[in-house]
Amino acid sequence: MTTTMPPVDQPRRTRRGSVIGNTGIYIAVGIAALLFLLPFYLIVRNSLMQDPEITGENWKWFPTHIQWSNVTEPFHDVTVDFGRSMINSAVVGVLMTVGTLLVCSLAGYGLARIPYRHANKVFYLVLATLMVPTAVTFVPSFVLVSSLGWVDTYRGLIIPGLFSGFTCFLFRQYFLGFPKELEEAARVDGLGYWGAYWRIVVPNSLNFFAAMATITFISGWNAFLWPLVIGQDPSAWTVQVALSSYMTNQTVNYHLIFMATAISILPLVFVFLFLQRWLVQGIAQTGIKG
Amino acid sequence: MSTTTTRGIARPAPAKGSQARPRRGLRGNPTFNFWLFTGPFLIGLVIFVFVPIGWSIWLSFFDARFTVTPSNFIGFDNYKTVLTDPNFTGSLVTFTVFAAFIVPTTWALSLSLALLVHRLRFMRAFFRSVFFLPTACSYVAASLIWKMSLFNGVRFGLANTVIGWFGADQVAWLANPSPPWYWLVIVTLRLWLQAGFYMILFLAALQNIPSELYEAASIDGAKPGWQTFRYITLPQLRATSTAVILLLLVAAYQAFDEFFNLMGKATWGQPPLVILYKTAIGVNQDYGQGSAGAVILTLLICVVTLFQGKIMGFGRGEESK
Repeated sequence: MTTTMPPVDQPRRTRRGSVIGNTGIYIAVGIAALLFLLPFYLIVRNSLMQDPEITGENWKWFPTHIQWSNVTEPFHDVTVDFGRSMINSAVVGVLMTVGTLLVCSLAGYGLARIPYRHANKVFYLVLATLMVPTAVTFVPSFVLVSSLGWVDTYRGLIIPGLFSGFTCFLFRQYFLGFPKELEEAARVDGLGYWGAYWRIVVPNSLNFFAAMATITFISGWNAFLWPLVIGQDPSAWTVQVALSSYMTNQTVNYHLIFMATAISILPLVFVFLFLQRWLVQGIAQTGIKG
Repeated sequence: MSTTTTRGIARPAPAKGSQARPRRGLRGNPTFNFWLFTGPFLIGLVIFVFVPIGWSIWLSFFDARFTVTPSNFIGFDNYKTVLTDPNFTGSLVTFTVFAAFIVPTTWALSLSLALLVHRLRFMRAFFRSVFFLPTACSYVAASLIWKMSLFNGVRFGLANTVIGWFGADQVAWLANPSPPWYWLVIVTLRLWLQAGFYMILFLAALQNIPSELYEAASIDGAKPGWQTFRYITLPQLRATSTAVILLLLVAAYQAFDEFFNLMGKATWGQPPLVILYKTAIGVNQDYGQGSAGAVILTLLICVVTLFQGKIMGFGRGEESK
């Protein structure tokens, strides 16, 4: 619709019309943007207020005095070890991203590029797992992980999530489109499959790896069901489980729980601000195929 | 995989060397390398995906309360119990209602946002980021905002404050099954959180519509606005729309986080995964019934995903490349 015909007969009217139309669009987009930012505003407002102000008689849009001292409060909370949960989430998020990318990219490359008689059968095995979303199979996974004795451990939080058929599938699709000439040149130079992969293919695919890493880290950081199932002991809680526990606590400390929420979102907001290019690319490339 | 061409096909004894080029041991051997690359993933897949599913199918035929190595075979009793359990069948109704709300609204909102952002000349990246930003928020954090501030049932919740300005009474948004205000809370939460993600998909698709189509339509006398949208844009977005709707359905089917956190203790509005959680992990720890429920849910979702695979062309990668 942006590409209407160049106005020929009535240039002025059309232009004025488009100015009005544009203003309308910006008003609509502006209102929508305010609504979308409203929840973020509420986090900031509540986390920097004192409780009497939050629960007071009249609605206050901004804190009378910004309570910067609220920032450290979640870390001194005796009911929930929030600092520990942040560390757990960071460890899980990073290891999960590294592990998933390593395992799934290798498999994706093998399926896409290494000629092997039964490769198709193996690929169908991977495709079969795509039919079942992992969330639906948390009971079976828990049965297995608990008999391995991995409840309340990093292993239990991380390892079962590494073998994502979907990520493997996306890597395979990506490598199918990778220029063959580059690898053939490497082969002529005497590199085996392994050498060509690490020295030629990976360095030339960093954009795709960055996109997948961003998506994997976000979903790892925000995951709730599996950490809830595995984290039976508070020492193994991720930050999402810790946040969830605030909602069922007996006493509600509004500014504290909103400050904790703010802190838990902060790493991802940074990811969004600085890695958005890859993220958008990754979603546009992969979202549809999945 | 159509590349199983002349020189690549693995021989049983590659050490004898092929005519094409001398191999340097295992480094160039495709069969060895195939397993080297895919082996770690496949082993993990078998252990952490196939074994649990198999184990679960086995468990579903046993009386497996508080144990994962049961001995009391009870045939299809678990399935009978689950399928006649009003909680379980009710959860499928909850899912249906939820999907009926969330799928059309998210589709419409994300498409509208994409159309608007697509038309912006300046500040396009800014607005795209704003609509996309909620994707950074977890469902748990969003639930906390919705439950504790936005739709807090007490006087100082924002929604109650706003309707108070117009003289309306406070509403206990989540605490009552009738009137079912909790749907408003749950649907707006997910709508806010995921609309930006699908907007990105629609934006990508909009950019791929050839501008010649609009020019041709304009020459043929189509008015910009509704006519071009109805006869050019919408048909061109058909593949994306279908994909988005299926993705939304599958995502709604797996809804857990916001239901658990907003209405954990409620006995109404419980989707399938919450019921499954309460059966298998909660106080009951009934792995037999939990497994039976998981098997039923898996079979149900398989129907949808098979359909989805057909439409989106999983496994057809070979031909398309």
